[in-house]
Amino acid sequence: MTKTTPKESQSCQYEVVDDPEKGLTIRLRGAMNAANAPGLIREFRGMLKDRDLSSLTVDLGEVTYLDDFGTLVLTELRNMAAEVKAAFKIENARNKVAQMLEVLHFDRLDRKISFEKVRPPGIFVRLGDATFRHASDLKYLISFIGSVCLSLIHVCLHPRSLRREDTFLCMQRTGVDALPIVGLISFLLGLIMAFMSSVQLQQFGANIYVASLVSLAMTRELGPIMTAIIVAGRSGSAFAAEIGTMKVSEEVDALFTMGFDPTRFLVVPKMIASVIVVPVLTLFSDLFAILGGMVVGVFILDLTASAYIDQTLKTLTLFDVFWGFFKGAIFALLIAWVGCLRGFRVTGGAASVGQATTSAVVSSIFLIILTDSVLSVILRYWG
Amino acid sequence: MRNVIIQVRDLVAGYGEEVILDGISFDVYEGEIFVVLGGSGCGKSTLLKHLIGLIKPISGRIIIDGDDLSHSDDETFQKILRKIGVLYQSAALLGSLTLAENVALPIEEYTDLPKDSIETLVKMKLNLVNLDGYENHLPSEISGGMKKRAGLARAMALNPKILFFDEPSAGLDPVTSAGLDNLIIHLNKILGTTMVIVTHELDSIFAVAHRVIMLDKHTRGIIAEGDPRYLRDHSQNPFVSQFFNRRPDPGAGP
Ligand SMILES: Nc1ncnc2c1ncn2[C@@H]1O[C@H](COP(=O)(O)OP(=O)(O)O)[C@@H](O)[C@H]1O
Ligand SMILES: [Mg+2]
Repeated sequence: MTKTTPKESQSCQYEVVDDPEKGLTIRLRGAMNAANAPGLIREFRGMLKDRDLSSLTVDLGEVTYLDDFGTLVLTELRNMAAEVKAAFKIENARNKVAQMLEVLHFDRLDRKISFEKVRPPGIFVRLGDATFRHASDLKYLISFIGSVCLSLIHVCLHPRSLRREDTFLCMQRTGVDALPIVGLISFLLGLIMAFMSSVQLQQFGANIYVASLVSLAMTRELGPIMTAIIVAGRSGSAFAAEIGTMKVSEEVDALFTMGFDPTRFLVVPKMIASVIVVPVLTLFSDLFAILGGMVVGVFILDLTASAYIDQTLKTLTLFDVFWGFFKGAIFALLIAWVGCLRGFRVTGGAASVGQATTSAVVSSIFLIILTDSVLSVILRYWG
Repeated sequence: MRNVIIQVRDLVAGYGEEVILDGISFDVYEGEIFVVLGGSGCGKSTLLKHLIGLIKPISGRIIIDGDDLSHSDDETFQKILRKIGVLYQSAALLGSLTLAENVALPIEEYTDLPKDSIETLVKMKLNLVNLDGYENHLPSEISGGMKKRAGLARAMALNPKILFFDEPSAGLDPVTSAGLDNLIIHLNKILGTTMVIVTHELDSIFAVAHRVIMLDKHTRGIIAEGDPRYLRDHSQNPFVSQFFNRRPDPGAGP
């Protein structure tokens, strides 16, 4: 019979007695709690590894306190014994300790517990699921377009039903607050464009055409697109997050039961505000880009400011400016519509709001580019 | 003499300049169920936020198990946080994780138990709050009472010495709420955890409380302290006996 000296694991001590007849006995003493359980488990795992066991007895006679972490140590010991098919027994548990084991269903805590999430279903199930989901999305999309149109018509017929305060606030957030960043980005874009084109045009001594290139490209294409992308990132995401959070906290339901039409209450102000401010932002974007181009023209290409402006005015027609303005309005509609739509599709919790925000920005950017291509083609054949 | 586990001295609590509680002192003893009660808006939640360190006091001291919460450096603060668990009013389970993952979260972070042991432990925790079989459910798939119990299991994940509850029975039906009360009493008995509960549910108070303090909005302090039953029957303070006997303000109502 061998006997090891008592070991200490913080406030819990144990000694191990190896009796050839009775098998291995672990005698625990003190409190077994969250502080010492991980250490005990590690020590016992190391001790019992590769050890021939016929039976394992745990003597709890001097254990004063045992909580669920302590119970965990016992389950571990039982599992280790089961692995080598040794008999396992608990002895001398005091009243309180035994009660704790009882409460925690120690006898029924079996080994194979797995919290693996449900396995993802097969490809056909997922395909079918996705089909149904997209079909329902499409259905919702169509009904949402309908409800937005109805609300807009209602507001046109009864202009007083428009929530004016909300609309003004939204105009400020979407338009005024975006002006610095739109201005800065457009200015830099004009600068870069002028700089890059000047390298080519200088070879032909056609410096002055830098002005035409920058102004035309910005007013017709890049101005509206850049502005729309910035607004999608700033405000489209905000619309989705705001409505999504209201959906999660049942505020949308509350509006509904108070007799408000959530679309009219939440969507129409955002749409009207966006359609008003985004074209204006587009104009500012054009102006700043031309300014950026002019900086390059004056300081690098030795053009005079008046010649640059003259050339710009000669190139641009009123139609170009209006075309950019019009595109800005279309993009604004798309951004507000997609943002609100994604917001209303939120179900569940915080994660769903995050997804809605991402998808609002991604879909609006995609729709902006797509619409722009379609409009260009239309203009090409019709104009 | 019982051990004092929370000691509050001359606590002035509030938001910014606005004082909500002015110079209150009390003790909570180890292993007791301590209830903070009072009318709506008297500062119960404010007191709780101070006790768990979410807000720093304007002045005064809060000592939790020997460590000063109000003047603690980062390390002591972390140490104190390990000793407490909080059940929030809305349970505050993370919506993207299953119940088992929610409970496992603090255990994985703060202990170096192997993964399979953590699963067994989580199973035990959920057994303790009678949620066995719901390991793989998401919070959105269970009822309000179950959410509270799962939140409790998570609050107890590391067997803290002190558990704080903010309005545990809010939003629960009487049966579920009584069940939660029993669970609190049971856990207090078997684990010896100190419980600090903020509530104004009378039934709950009489069922669970060993000792209560009552806060008052007008004096911004404690107007009563002791055994709730004794206060109900013997308090001289008209507001206190009015509260415990559920009488409306004179002049309120039709
Ligand atoms: N974040 C806050 N900022 C400022 N004042 C607050 C804040 N939260 C609560 N209050 C004020 O503190 C007082 C007490 O509120 P609270 O502690 O929530 O009361 P209750 O006892 O109902 O839980 C109220 O008058 C409330 O207006
Ligand atoms: Mg409160």
